[in-house]
Amino acid sequence: MIHLDYAAAPEAASLGRVRERYQMFLGGEFVDGHGPDLVSVNPSDETTLSTVSSASAEDVNTAVRLARTAYEDVWSRLSGLERGKYLFRIARGIAERSRELAVLESLDNGKPIKETRDFDVPAAAQYFFSYAGWADKLQHLGYGPSPSALGVAGQVIPWNFPLLMAAWKIAPALAAGNTVVIKPAETTSLSILVLAEIMADAGLPAGVVNVLPGAGDIGAALVGHPGIDKVAFTGSTAVGKRIQTELAGTGRRLTLELGGKGANIVFDDAAVDQAVEGVVNGIFFNQGQVCCAGSRLLVQESVAEELLDRLRARVATLRVGHALDKNTDVGAVNSRAQLDKITALTQSGVDEGAQRWVSPCPLPETGLYVAPTILTDASPSMRVSREEIFGPVLTTLTFRTPEEAIAKANNTPYGLSAGVWTDKGSRAMAVAGALRAGVVWNNTFNRFDPAAAFGGYGESGFGREGGPYGLAAYLDTDDEGVL
Amino acid sequence: MAQRVTVTKTCKLYIGGALARSESGRTVRVTDHQGEFMANAALASRKDGRDAVVAARKGQVAWASATPYNRGQVMYRMAEMMEGRRAELVQALRDLSGLSVARASREVDLAVDSLVHHAGWTDKLATVMGSVNAVSSPFFSYSAPEPTGVVVAAAPAEHALLGLVSALAPVVAGGNAVVLVTRAEAACVAAVLAEILATSDLPAGVVNLLTGHAAEVLPHLAAHGDVNGLDLTGVDAGLRAELGRVAAGTVKRVHVPRRPFDPEAAPGTTRLRAFLETKTVWHPTGAPSLAGGSSY
Repeated sequence: MIHLDYAAAPEAASLGRVRERYQMFLGGEFVDGHGPDLVSVNPSDETTLSTVSSASAEDVNTAVRLARTAYEDVWSRLSGLERGKYLFRIARGIAERSRELAVLESLDNGKPIKETRDFDVPAAAQYFFSYAGWADKLQHLGYGPSPSALGVAGQVIPWNFPLLMAAWKIAPALAAGNTVVIKPAETTSLSILVLAEIMADAGLPAGVVNVLPGAGDIGAALVGHPGIDKVAFTGSTAVGKRIQTELAGTGRRLTLELGGKGANIVFDDAAVDQAVEGVVNGIFFNQGQVCCAGSRLLVQESVAEELLDRLRARVATLRVGHALDKNTDVGAVNSRAQLDKITALTQSGVDEGAQRWVSPCPLPETGLYVAPTILTDASPSMRVSREEIFGPVLTTLTFRTPEEAIAKANNTPYGLSAGVWTDKGSRAMAVAGALRAGVVWNNTFNRFDPAAAFGGYGESGFGREGGPYGLAAYLDTDDEGVL
Repeated sequence: MAQRVTVTKTCKLYIGGALARSESGRTVRVTDHQGEFMANAALASRKDGRDAVVAARKGQVAWASATPYNRGQVMYRMAEMMEGRRAELVQALRDLSGLSVARASREVDLAVDSLVHHAGWTDKLATVMGSVNAVSSPFFSYSAPEPTGVVVAAAPAEHALLGLVSALAPVVAGGNAVVLVTRAEAACVAAVLAEILATSDLPAGVVNLLTGHAAEVLPHLAAHGDVNGLDLTGVDAGLRAELGRVAAGTVKRVHVPRRPFDPEAAPGTTRLRAFLETKTVWHPTGAPSLAGGSSY
C-alpha cells in the first residue's frame, strides 16, 4: 500500500492582522474599558495571541445608555430601507475582509481554517445580507402593519462560532429596528471587534452596536440590566436557566439558545458511506463544540458492526492539527478549561462502562488537542449520554425498531437537533415528525441558512434564529386586540 | 301539594375525561353572589394537579396525532355543545356574579365565538406560521409549528366562563393539552364547562379543570418536569414572578400577558404562538439523476 503523507499547508498567520491589543467598541469609538485586560490565547499552540481591554459594570451602564440614545435619536427614526442599507454594507464589509477574518478566527478560536474560510465567515456575511433585506419588510411578517422594535437588546454569545454568532444576534436585532449591546465570550473577542470596525467603516451610527468584551460577570450585568428591553443568550443550559430565573417577572423579553445532545439515527437501509460522512460531520465539525452536534449515534442493530467499523476507519483518517493548516480536519479545542471538561466527562463514561476508542492520529506536541473519540455501548443513563460534552466525543447505542430509535432519541431534556439516515423518504419524514427537536436533518447534518429557523425544544431553549422567526424575537409581536 | 325539593349538583374536578372529587376529599363551600349556599365544590390538591398532568400527557399524545381537520371539528363541537347549554351557563354566571341577563349572555356569546374562532385555526397554523425556506443549497427545508406539549394555565378571576375558554382554546387549538386552574368560587361555572367538554368528542385529558387555589397548586405544577408551558394570564402579579422563576428550572415556555384581559378584544395570535414550537426539517433534493454524485 502506498503511503502518502500530507505536507504542511499553513495559511499565513499575518493575514489575520492580529494586533497587540484590542479595545472595546462603545458609542462608535474604540476605547479602553475599565475591566481587567483579557489575554487571548491561540489554542493551536497555547501562545499568547493578543490582549483585549474588557468592560466593567460601569461600562455596561454607559453602553446601555448610549444604545438607548442611539435607539431614540437615530435608529428608530430611520426607515427600514435605510436600516437595511447599513446591513447590506456590513455584509459586503465582511465579505471583503473575509480572508483576514478567517485567519483571525482560526487563530483565536482554534477551529480549522477550512471551516472559518468556507463556513463561519461567508455564513456571517450571508446572515447580514439576508436580514438586510428584511428591514423594510416587517409588515409582511403577520404581526400587523408596522410591528415595532423592542428597544435596546442585550446579547451574550459563546466562543464556538464567535463571528457567526455575532451575526446571528446583531443582524436580526438591527433589521427589526433595535440597538445592541453585545458581549462576546471571554476567550474569543477578536473577530467581533474586527466586525465592529467593519460596522464603523459602514457608517453605522454611533451607539447602534456596542461591543463589550468581558467574562461572565459582565454578561450577568448586561442581561440583568434594567435598561434593556430584550435579552438574547446563546450558551449553556445552566446559565440560560439562571437568566430565565432572573428575568422572571420583569417583563423583559428573552430568547435562549442553549445546549443539546443531538441524536444521529442510522437505519439499516441508509447509504453507509454517506451516513458515515454525516456522522463524522455531525460530531467532529468544529471539534464537536457545537450545540447542535450529533453527539449520540443511534444505529440499527443489524448494521451496527459494519457501520462502526467503517466509522472508526474513517475517523482514523481525520487530521488533527494546527488551525491554520489547510489540511486540518479537527483543530484545537478552545481553552484549557474546555479540554479538561471534555477529558473528565469522557473518563466518566469509561468509568461507567462505555467502551472507549480513540483515533490513533498523531497530535501536535503543544496546543489544546483532543483526539476524536468514540464511546460505544453508552447506555442512556450514563452522564456521557445525558450531558453535553461539547467536544469531539461520540457516544453510540443500537436500536432494533424505528419506535425504539425515536424513544431513545427523545430521551433527553434537550431538543435541539437530530439526524435521520435512511434510503426511504417516507420513513425519513415520519421519523423527523416524531423527533422532539427544533432542527432535523434527513440524510445530512449541520446545515444552516439564514432563511431557515434554528432553535430548540425543551431545555435547549426557546425562540428561533433565522428567517422571519428570528425577527419575531426582536419585535413586539403581541397582536391581541390588533389581529 | 308540598313544594318539590330541587336536586342540586355536586361540583367536581375534571381530570382525564372524568368528573371526580378531589383525591384529598377537600371541598369548599360555594355561595352565590347573595351569599346563599350553592354547593360544596371539590378543592383540588397538589396530587390532583399531578394526576391531571399525567392525564394531560396521555391526552396530548392522542390529540397531537389527530388530524388538523379532526381537531377543528372537535373544537367546533365544543362550541355546539356550549351553545346548547347557553341557558345553564347564563344562570351559572348570574348566580356567581349577579350579572344581568344581557351581560351573562354576552359572555357566553364570546366564549362560543372564541371556540369557533380557534376551531378554524387547527388546519391553518402551518400555513400561517410555517414556511418553505429558500435555502442556498440543494435541500428542501421547511419550518412548521408543533405543539409545545402540556400547558398549565390559570383562569382570570373575572369573566368566570370566558376566562377559562380564552385560556384553553388557543392552547388546545395548537395541539397541546392543558391543565386549567380556576378559583373554587367559580366551580359551578367550571362544572358546566366540564360537562360540555366531556360531550365534545375531545380525547380524555386534553383539557383538565381544577377548582382550587392557584397559589397552592401552581408552584407545584410550575416545577413539574412533565409540564412544558405556563400561561400566567389568570395569575396575580405577585405570584407571576415566583412562578416564572420556578418554571426556569426546566426552561418552560411562560406566557405573561402584556395588557389586561379584554374580553371584547380581537384574540390575535399571541397566546396561540406562546405554546407552539417551530421545527425545521432539511431533506436533500439532489438531482433527478445522481450521475453527478449525491449532494452530500
